[in-house]
Amino acid sequence: MKLLVCVTSVPDTTTKIVFTDNNTKLNKAGVTFITGPYDDYALARAVELKEKTGATITVLNVGQADSEPVIRKCLAIGADDAIRVNAEPTDAYFVAEQIAAIAKENNYDLILMGRESIDYNGGQVHGIVGEMLGIPSISPVMLLDLDGNTAKITREIEGGKESLEAQLPLVLGCQEPIAEWKIPNMRGIMTARTKPLKVVEPTGTDKLTTVASYELPAPRGSVKMIPADEAEKLIQLLHTEAKVI
Amino acid sequence: MSVLIFAELDEGKIKKSSQEAIFYGAKVAQMTGTSATAIIIGAADESELASAGRFGATRVLHATDSKLTEPNGMAYATVVAAAAQQESSNVIVLAKSSLADAMTARLAGKLKAGLAANVIALPDLSAGFQVKSSIYTGKAFAYNDLKADIKILAIKKNTITPEETDATAPVNVFTPPLNEADFAISVKSTEKSSGDILLPEADLVVSAGRGLKGPENWGIVEELAKALHAATACSKPVSDLDWRPHSEHVGQTGLKISPNLYIACGISGAIQHLAGVNSSKVIVVINKDADAPFFKSADYGIVGDVFDVLPRLTKAVKAL
Repeated sequence: MKLLVCVTSVPDTTTKIVFTDNNTKLNKAGVTFITGPYDDYALARAVELKEKTGATITVLNVGQADSEPVIRKCLAIGADDAIRVNAEPTDAYFVAEQIAAIAKENNYDLILMGRESIDYNGGQVHGIVGEMLGIPSISPVMLLDLDGNTAKITREIEGGKESLEAQLPLVLGCQEPIAEWKIPNMRGIMTARTKPLKVVEPTGTDKLTTVASYELPAPRGSVKMIPADEAEKLIQLLHTEAKVI
Repeated sequence: MSVLIFAELDEGKIKKSSQEAIFYGAKVAQMTGTSATAIIIGAADESELASAGRFGATRVLHATDSKLTEPNGMAYATVVAAAAQQESSNVIVLAKSSLADAMTARLAGKLKAGLAANVIALPDLSAGFQVKSSIYTGKAFAYNDLKADIKILAIKKNTITPEETDATAPVNVFTPPLNEADFAISVKSTEKSSGDILLPEADLVVSAGRGLKGPENWGIVEELAKALHAATACSKPVSDLDWRPHSEHVGQTGLKISPNLYIACGISGAIQHLAGVNSSKVIVVINKDADAPFFKSADYGIVGDVFDVLPRLTKAVKAL
């Protein structure tokens, strides 16, 4: 069984976002980059499947050289080899095209990734990859079990969840609680240094969508405090002042 | 050229978020000098279908088939792609939902379309086709230039306030194409809380965190939500502890919501939680800790014990 896990290198969830160059670039100074939290779930489940079935895991990142620490960490957690497509991942269609091109060459049984990257939050790449490869895509996947060639999946829907079955190959966007995040051990970190990491150049078309500029939200006005013993006043204010109820 | 809007049904009714999408699409049609057509898949009354006209659709395409009674992102995307082709649509609008999320990506792949997710404003057509979207989980915005011939916009709740007219739209039957490969996923069972207000659709949300001390105390949260006709939500620790289902978890790794009113009870306001709710119009924070960081991001605050404050709020709502 061959698994492909696609990962993003994104600012840590606690990052205060700041832009630079006239609001056209993220200011990376002082920002810690991490594996996308949802991608981490996908990788963790892949490692569990590897332990159970002896699958091989390839990690794929569409990103620039500064995402290599994240890729090495994925290798330390249990991936066998890695591919980095040397391009900035700003357009979902473009990223999906890169993943699909590599998938076409290698016939993976499962392509796993996070339900969305936490920078652009589009949550689109898995579906576009599925369409490009002509195979089903499912997201957000909360549980994944394999029974031979059949995947048994629980997917979150509005106000609940549904149990699904589908035949491999599949593309899945993952989220908790599919697996517990894994932390690399010392042996993993040592062996990760020598695992193969191939860098390839992007293929395909120009980006269909580009970002012209960024903006930060306007700060909220100051908070209006209501004494606890006059809590009822809040309801009046929401009704007459804020007019939301 | 035309604008095509996918209007989603929930139990035979056009969802509120889809009414917003129809109005948005009609505005885009107005701006580009073309017409707005809504495509609706599944069973609904003629009058419900025609009601898309109230929000600005000039025509409704209605597709039904025994294979399309349950939401299926892949099959629905095939239908919408065919409708887009028939109508020569260059803009496709959907309201974000779990069904729409599954459809937009497949549609973009089929039509080689430029795609903007989490759109929060009408496009700017002064130089090409630019839309503002929410990124970094609500911590920032991006102005996206969509360069492909076909553009797909997935809009967030509360992007636009629909204005209703009494117009009705003519309904045309659209024979949906069915592609065997779209039915490769079989649904074994569905667990869905029924009767409740769906969180992503809700205008008002009452949310609670670890300050509630245990799942057995959720009654006071539910009572306030019921009095307000609000949905209930929770913080990540609460869903991790299994006090509440994951589908209620709002925040960086849960749902991102943008209701008119978000009431946070016993939630301290970690940056990851704020990320999921900071595009709410009005935020109320109730916490016994005056130093809770959430107060800095709130519009109204009460420093107090949720066990005392919530029942009093419920009573005050009922008295309105």
